[in-house]
Amino acid sequence: MARIAVISFPGSNCDRDIITAISDITGTAPDQFWHKESTMPRQDLVILPGGFSFGDYLRCGAIAARSPIMDEVLEHAWRGGYVLGICNGFQILTEADLLPGTLMRNRGLRFVCRDVLLNTHNTNHAVLSGLSEGQKLRIPVAHNEGNYYADPATLKKLTDKGQIAFTYSGADQDPDYNPNGAIDDIAGIVSENGRVLGLMPHPERKADPIHGGLDGRLLLQSVIEAAS
Amino acid sequence: MVSITITIGLKDGVLDPEGRAIESSLNNLGYHEASEIKTGRLIRFTMDETDHARAHQKVSKMCETLLVNTVIEHYDITIADLIEE
Repeated sequence: MARIAVISFPGSNCDRDIITAISDITGTAPDQFWHKESTMPRQDLVILPGGFSFGDYLRCGAIAARSPIMDEVLEHAWRGGYVLGICNGFQILTEADLLPGTLMRNRGLRFVCRDVLLNTHNTNHAVLSGLSEGQKLRIPVAHNEGNYYADPATLKKLTDKGQIAFTYSGADQDPDYNPNGAIDDIAGIVSENGRVLGLMPHPERKADPIHGGLDGRLLLQSVIEAAS
Repeated sequence: MVSITITIGLKDGVLDPEGRAIESSLNNLGYHEASEIKTGRLIRFTMDETDHARAHQKVSKMCETLLVNTVIEHYDITIADLIEE
């Protein structure tokens, strides 16, 4: 069974949600680590949860990306370990240079909190292999800085290497299907080795029947399966 | 002692929705001459250093490691001697 860790930063507020979701799926509670810890036993999957680390001061995720536990997370990722960053966790991964590009302020300058429709890509990556190519997932977003941006050269590389994992889908004719203005409708990407996944939507918020859907659970199962 | 001022702004071509919102508000107030508004961030601090070149080198390193996201931002460093009172 996969050994899973959830990292908490000051201001993380989705750590308990992801712990509940993971526990429901695996039957075992993941280990929790505080940002100040400088050692972490070997893990199969490290999860950076959503929230507002360090008040989002300077830039979202910038200060969290330089906290002591991140040396261990970087080591883990460089060793080829699996990492999942959700929302603020995705912002931290870009700030830590584990994923390319950056998350900017939403185009509409408003905090967006609602369900979005996602399109799944590049399911050849292990973390996405539990999903099917083009599969539509309905999962909520809740963010103020989710506007993914990368320069043209980086975008080309992401496309050429099949690193785009999820895009916002306009399949249900919603004119505002892209909630934040993200370039190329990008909602989530994977690293070149396919083992680090960052996404703005919150799969842990669609992981129990009382959430009104289980699409997030499917995504989490796929990631856990890959790391097992 | 030197006083350091770092001005951080978005690179050309990066959309600045905040600047755009400010511009439209200024335009609504009748200031139509204001255009291409860009927002940014100013960071100031003092540093125990006398040599400007060395201070510049250290501050650049701070910018590259933490203060600036070079994917989307550019920065400008100003160094001034601090007059002791």
